[in-house]
Amino acid sequence: MTPKRKQRMIFVIVLVVGFGAATALALFAFQSNLLYFYSPSQIEAGEVATDQMFRLGGLVVEGSVARHADGVTTSFDLTDTADSITVSYTGLLPDLFREGQGIVAQGKINTDGVFIAQEVLAKHDENYMPPELAEALQAAGGSHPESIPKTQ
Amino acid sequence: MHFIHKYGSPNYFYQWSGTWLKILSALTLILMALGLYWALIISPPDYQQSETVRIMYIHVPSAWMSMFTYVVMASAGVVAMIWRIKVAEIVVAQSAIIGASFTLLALVTGMLWGKPMWGAYWVWDARLTSELVLLFLYVGVLAIYSAYEDPRTGAKAASILAIVGVINIPIIHYSVEWWNTLHQGPTVTKFDSPSAPLSMLTPLFIMFFAFKTYFFALLFARTRNALLSRERHTSWVQEILEK
Repeated sequence: MTPKRKQRMIFVIVLVVGFGAATALALFAFQSNLLYFYSPSQIEAGEVATDQMFRLGGLVVEGSVARHADGVTTSFDLTDTADSITVSYTGLLPDLFREGQGIVAQGKINTDGVFIAQEVLAKHDENYMPPELAEALQAAGGSHPESIPKTQ
Repeated sequence: MHFIHKYGSPNYFYQWSGTWLKILSALTLILMALGLYWALIISPPDYQQSETVRIMYIHVPSAWMSMFTYVVMASAGVVAMIWRIKVAEIVVAQSAIIGASFTLLALVTGMLWGKPMWGAYWVWDARLTSELVLLFLYVGVLAIYSAYEDPRTGAKAASILAIVGVINIPIIHYSVEWWNTLHQGPTVTKFDSPSAPLSMLTPLFIMFFAFKTYFFALLFARTRNALLSRERHTSWVQEILEK
């Protein structure tokens, strides 16, 4: 390798390492701003300023979904298996909304400790399976397919 | 490092890439036809997403290829920077165009899937944002490349951006693990126990290989054309034209 090329190679390496380090530091500094949502445990632990809008993510607790008399308001509990928070939402829920499903809600906590959501998004997990298999799993295990971590 | 000069000489590149272009085009045709038929007709619907799951067979390969193409572009950028190989400079520009297209396809198919499944076309989570940054990087490389009168100067400047931007690739890949995102985590790369059955993984992998052969066929075809046009006054192009 000629000295000229060696010099250019060093330039490339310095460039990549330099920018890599700068990016890593920047991402590390903005760590908390990069989270799309917070978990109920993080709220309980006081990691989030609850006087402003934020996103809350968790699983809908089985049996906690209640429709209110007005027909458009739904309340349900979101959990990360350690803590849970009650969410109230007025509006249309996404198709994937169901008990046991991962949900991300945006809104604010009111004085009663209820999370008033303005937007509810369903989080799809990484599990894919045909409906027959899901039914078979449900019949065999008697539980929601999502709580079964492995598919064959 | 002698092989870089050998395979990168315009004349020799044109010869060996011609053979590969034929093989790759034939493979792409077969794999794409088989993959699309398997993905859209044979494979089962999903228990939650029903037929919407079929978007995945286009979305996931294009997203993988959007990152793979970037690595190809950045590697060509390194060769162009250090060895000043003309073919590598052309590969940088051509893979930027193809990569931008893959990225756009991944973003658009993702949005079409996101609306019915999540309830929103777009959210600013780490995965979606870093993939959008990838699109801007490709567009930036193209813009810099064509901003100079002399294509060789443009290639040098564009290569620097291509090389620096490679940092975004691990960020895209690990974004779903490092931060809470709305986008789901990896399904396939959990090799010990992928969270999808074989009836879905098989068409996905066929589509993946189809996209890969398509990429190389397209890259070779575009690079050959650009090379002929760039070298049109040289003797080896004249010889080809006379034949």
